[in-house]
Amino acid sequence: MAFEGLAERLQGTLDKIKGKGKVTEADVDEMMREVRLALLEADVNFKVVKKFIKQVKERAVGQEVLKSLTPGQQVIKVVNEELQELMGGEQSKIAHADKPPTVVMMVGLQGAGKTTTVAKLANHLRKEHNRQPLLAAADIYRPAAIDQLETLGKQLDMPVYSLGNQADPVDIAKGAVAQAKDEHRDYVLIDTAGRLHVDEDLMGELQRIKEAVQPEEILLVVDAMTGQDAVNVAESFNEQLDVNGAVLTKLDGDTRGGAAISVKAVTGMPVKFAGMGEKIDQLEPFHPERMASRILGMGDVLSLIEKAQTDVDEDRAKELEKKMRQADLTFDDFLEQLQQVKKMGPIDEVLSMMPGANKMKGLKNAQVDDSQITQVEAIIRSMTRAEKEDPSLINASRKKRIAKGSGTAVKDVNRLLKQFEDMQKMMKQMSSMQKGKGKKKGKNPMQFPFMQ
Amino acid sequence: MSFFKKLKDRVSGQTDTVTEKFKDGLAKTRDSFAGKMNDLMARYRKVDEDFFEELEELLIGADVGVETVMELIDELKTEAKRQNIKDTSELAPLISEKLADKLDKSGEDNTIQHAADGMTVILFVGVNGVGKTTTIGKVAQKYKEEGSRVVMAAGDTFRAGAIEQLEEWGNQVGVDVVKQQAGSDPAAVMYDAIQSARSKGANVLLCDTAGRLQNKVNLMKELEKVKRVIQREIPEAPHEVLLVLDATTGQNAMSQAKTFQEATDVSGIVLTKLDGTAKGGIVLAVRNELDIPVKFVGLGERAEDLQPFDSNQFVYSLFKEIMEAEEENETDES
Repeated sequence: MAFEGLAERLQGTLDKIKGKGKVTEADVDEMMREVRLALLEADVNFKVVKKFIKQVKERAVGQEVLKSLTPGQQVIKVVNEELQELMGGEQSKIAHADKPPTVVMMVGLQGAGKTTTVAKLANHLRKEHNRQPLLAAADIYRPAAIDQLETLGKQLDMPVYSLGNQADPVDIAKGAVAQAKDEHRDYVLIDTAGRLHVDEDLMGELQRIKEAVQPEEILLVVDAMTGQDAVNVAESFNEQLDVNGAVLTKLDGDTRGGAAISVKAVTGMPVKFAGMGEKIDQLEPFHPERMASRILGMGDVLSLIEKAQTDVDEDRAKELEKKMRQADLTFDDFLEQLQQVKKMGPIDEVLSMMPGANKMKGLKNAQVDDSQITQVEAIIRSMTRAEKEDPSLINASRKKRIAKGSGTAVKDVNRLLKQFEDMQKMMKQMSSMQKGKGKKKGKNPMQFPFMQ
Repeated sequence: MSFFKKLKDRVSGQTDTVTEKFKDGLAKTRDSFAGKMNDLMARYRKVDEDFFEELEELLIGADVGVETVMELIDELKTEAKRQNIKDTSELAPLISEKLADKLDKSGEDNTIQHAADGMTVILFVGVNGVGKTTTIGKVAQKYKEEGSRVVMAAGDTFRAGAIEQLEEWGNQVGVDVVKQQAGSDPAAVMYDAIQSARSKGANVLLCDTAGRLQNKVNLMKELEKVKRVIQREIPEAPHEVLLVLDATTGQNAMSQAKTFQEATDVSGIVLTKLDGTAKGGIVLAVRNELDIPVKFVGLGERAEDLQPFDSNQFVYSLFKEIMEAEEENETDES
């Protein structure tokens, strides 16, 4: 698969380091190469990547990673932190003028999703901020663009200002603002025609609209799937119009959305909103921290790492680990392990934070039921001490008793026993595989693939 | 004979206007790509690691997929070693040759497949906002000018204003549009369109579909159904399934091509919006990894700016200045 996340990418390098006990600068170099590829594959502009890598490397070589026992996690952490910093902190709100109406202008390339975003933003302003917007149809070039906005206006039950497709977009914008003043509207959202940033005539038109209506906010609408060219587009729109912020559209696709970083890094304009679907209410405030891990293709690994670190009792974990190695895990240990996992939060939340989990079939949108874990707990708690230590004792009549005691059916008990047996088998295999591989650092009992 | 000369010979067989179109349309692309390439060649006289690294960045900057770039660089390195190339200027033709190679699989047809007899059905698919409807309008005009009887099917029943958009194209070009209400089943629109096109004795039926992101399973299923319905009516149709790709799209184009190919067995690509600064390098990756030929490129707003794709033209336009420089050198030497 071409699109591995950073965690998977780093895996190979980390496997090599694992046996070494010490991480050298060369190892860090190799990791940085993987980080670079991961970012490039996410469509982050290569110039931005270059600068970024330099920064991360400095931090990595400066102790943080080298001295850490878990270099893999550390690298990911550093990369993620730097990425978030690059993307800016809190998502910014939309401006509003001291004296209404606030004029907002949407600009961007063809097909970025300006018209849809105008409607979504109007809906957002009304729903979340209780504002009354007026939509202005200033895209006179694309066939039926005005129809599109009018249809959306009807769906929203919101007024749309239009002068047809023969009028000058500047007049349309002016007219809309005047009407909004008369009708005491809070916002005017101007939809402009899509245009190439190198098209001087059309860029000039945008400047004229800007002159005429002095918008408080100019939003650049950027398709999240944009590649390396995002930098040129953003720079050029920003130079000519002094854009205040960006809206990232089509983020509900499977793109990594590296364009978001490129735009922010090159122009400094914050991404304010994200389009998350075709429906009119699917516009969300932009969360830089979520975007960072998305670009790295790793779910919310960082919070998971943090959770695991704070919630898991180190000593108990080590003991469990030893038992697992020796493959003499009992139901008591199993129960304990379950509780450790549960401490980290609802299982589906934990799963959703795992990289690759959303790629696995079956796990996608899996509704993991925490009550199932409760059921497993109940079954185990209904066992006698002897049974817990040696499950082979459990015969048919014991099963019946356990089922009754835990309020489950015999088949549930059977299923758990079978699972437990499989687990033990697997552990035996694993421990025999690991023998003779030399001394290893203590491992976390929960072996998620990205944890080292 | 150098590769550039060969390329030029192949290109010069074509009419000048076509070459002009490519040149103009790709002007922005070329300026930055060839300019940077020249710059690179000027700064590095010797072929070394640094040179390759910058070349790698140049290609990645053009949205050529990371994997394809790595492959290309490896090939170049081996080739440079084998032929003992030390001078960057000697490597230049090799680079463009490799690029053209990747775009041009031998024995392959870049032209549109038409029905042997009867009506040719072309289905257009792609994600939102790539320019499907616009492309259909342009293609309709082309066929119309060639004297074909064209019908368009307004299969985008989802996006607000999409049907009106196609209708306006229909009015402009003078072509019939078969439509139903917004929100109706696109497969039903296709069925209607086929019946209507048949009774009108049309030669070409162009089918628009709603843009959809490739990870929306249900929407991709809907597209499969659209295709199935067409197939049921005319077993050998659609004769072409064209995936419309936006040249500004980055690595995601790969995923788009893969998923749309799985759902509808895409037979060709239309690369739109090449008149911006985006280089559409991703077609190299798509071409290389998925084996789908590029059939049209959009080089501007007007209908005649939609041109049949020609890999020689494409590469020639990208490298034109470098080639001319090389030619001068050659004449100097002789």
